[in-house]
Amino acid sequence: MRVLIAGISGVLGRMVAVTLSERGHTVVGIDKRRFPDAPEDIEIHHVDLRKRAAEDVFRRFRPEAVIHMATVSHFAARTHEERYRINLGGTRAVFDHCVSYGAGQCLFIGRHTYYGAAPDAPLYHSEAEPPMGLASFPELADLVSADLYAGSALWRFPQLDTAVMRMCYTLGPSGHGTLATFLRGPRVPVILGFDPLFQFMHELDVVNAIVAAFDARLRGVFNVAGPQPVPLSVVVRETGRRKVALPEFVFASSLGRFGLPRLPKGALDHIKYPIVMDSTPFREASGFSPRIDEVQAMHEYKQAYPVGEPFPPSSTRSPKTSYGSSSPSSGGSGGGKSPSPHASTETSPTDRSP
Amino acid sequence: MSLLWGLNREVNERLKHLELPFNRFGVDKYGVSRRHLRPGIVALTWLYRNYFDVHVHGIHHVPGRGRAMLVGNHSGGVALDAAVVATSMFWEKDPPRLAQGMAEKFMAKVPFFSSWTHRWGQFTGLPEHAEQLLRDDRLLMVFPEGARGTQKLYSERHSLVRFGTGFVRLALKTKSPIVPLAFLGGGEAIPTIYNSKRLGKILGAPYVPVTPYGLTLPLPVRLDVIYSEPMVFAGHGNEEDEVIFGYVDEVKARVASLIEEGRRLRRQR
Repeated sequence: MRVLIAGISGVLGRMVAVTLSERGHTVVGIDKRRFPDAPEDIEIHHVDLRKRAAEDVFRRFRPEAVIHMATVSHFAARTHEERYRINLGGTRAVFDHCVSYGAGQCLFIGRHTYYGAAPDAPLYHSEAEPPMGLASFPELADLVSADLYAGSALWRFPQLDTAVMRMCYTLGPSGHGTLATFLRGPRVPVILGFDPLFQFMHELDVVNAIVAAFDARLRGVFNVAGPQPVPLSVVVRETGRRKVALPEFVFASSLGRFGLPRLPKGALDHIKYPIVMDSTPFREASGFSPRIDEVQAMHEYKQAYPVGEPFPPSSTRSPKTSYGSSSPSSGGSGGGKSPSPHASTETSPTDRSP
Repeated sequence: MSLLWGLNREVNERLKHLELPFNRFGVDKYGVSRRHLRPGIVALTWLYRNYFDVHVHGIHHVPGRGRAMLVGNHSGGVALDAAVVATSMFWEKDPPRLAQGMAEKFMAKVPFFSSWTHRWGQFTGLPEHAEQLLRDDRLLMVFPEGARGTQKLYSERHSLVRFGTGFVRLALKTKSPIVPLAFLGGGEAIPTIYNSKRLGKILGAPYVPVTPYGLTLPLPVRLDVIYSEPMVFAGHGNEEDEVIFGYVDEVKARVASLIEEGRRLRRQR
């Protein structure tokens, strides 16, 4: 099958591309970033998804399936306008091109932060729930809108099999994702008196979930989660870090100083309250089941990024694409800052960090 | 000190028999933590055995396994009733069961309280939480009088205020048996003469019960918990209000009769 991946050069995009290519599919990618050591049989187009050149790729390649992984989170140093252009403009372009050039299937890779974190939010969100977190965290609006816009393709384009996948955090030896970035320093700031559950899955399971959705040709909106969630304090401990508990007013007034990231106030809710999803419908529809439990995911991360060693930038990390012994990446330099788990350190318009 | 150490060991031993799907860290899918349960149960057990004079009747009516709703009256200005019921489930049932209650929403915002109540399995009172727990075959504690019930004054301690109807719809929807219970003595333990909403506002709570001695600390009195045989209603949860009101009235009447039975037992001592 001809598969086009928007946002192919991100860590997960590369892994999905290699996996599909190894399974015999013809893979083409769109991304402005480099894809280091890309296999020869994967064609990469370094173009902006919203520009004519990207449409030309759709026209020439005529993908049968499209995997849209090219959205950005709020933390990157961008204006509201730019985030809206990338997340909504890019998503619109993907669906328009899918319809114009005859793709039969589209996977939109979204985030579990759609649901928001709040003291009165239920554990184990179902797909039917509305996005309740925007009042306290309006910076998520562009991502939530992109998710809902992608979901509208289900009725606007009935000929297109659309699946919106709300992915939980990723944690594994690639160090990819906002949770991995949050944990990268030796000391992890948390809010005193709060210890929310964190739901994450190993990057290989994330890739397998996307491939399972692709194989099953899913239609609909699905929560995608792995093993059972664990409290943040356990995540910090089991990844070999130490937590630094700060009273909320100290944490809030220190944002942007003392090594803490500059974050909107609403982001603090995401380290006070849990966002946990029920992914039963996805598992039943796709047959997916995670192969790596939460303990192994944390320990592989710890092994790959021991405390005291520099955290390499994502472009130098070499993710593996199959289950087996981990091979920690090395090299590069990184800071000791610990942004919120909803921060993204990537800056390309085609980044995504569930 | 040795008493506390012995109690700690006893709690530890019993926690091993708690039939919850803990992972390798002793945490279940809801975040209930064996490690966190221990100090909470030790403290409650000390109060249960040494401070209060607790009498439990009809514990055999509570199913040993599987989903069930413990439905009772509120007694006492704070969650003393829930604490004693949960402790009785831990010590009087074999194997022990964790009774999980539905906490007021404001508690989730209070530092420490928020995380500890979650580690003990006491979640914010949302229909979604109640349904999930029952579908996972947990033991749910429900006080259908809600906050109106905890605001009862000393003179109203044996009365029942209006019951909500959600618990019956939930029981029907999830096919859960309802185990009615009566809790007596809470009004004597915390003899509320006034509920201060102003003080509550300062502390971030809906109200603070004020006692004749000023503090909201419970007195060491006799407490009685009486469980009745399970009530099972047939239906799907979407019945007309009139049908549901009928079931609610049946449960309320059973709880009222248990309170009267409890008062008789307390007079006989």
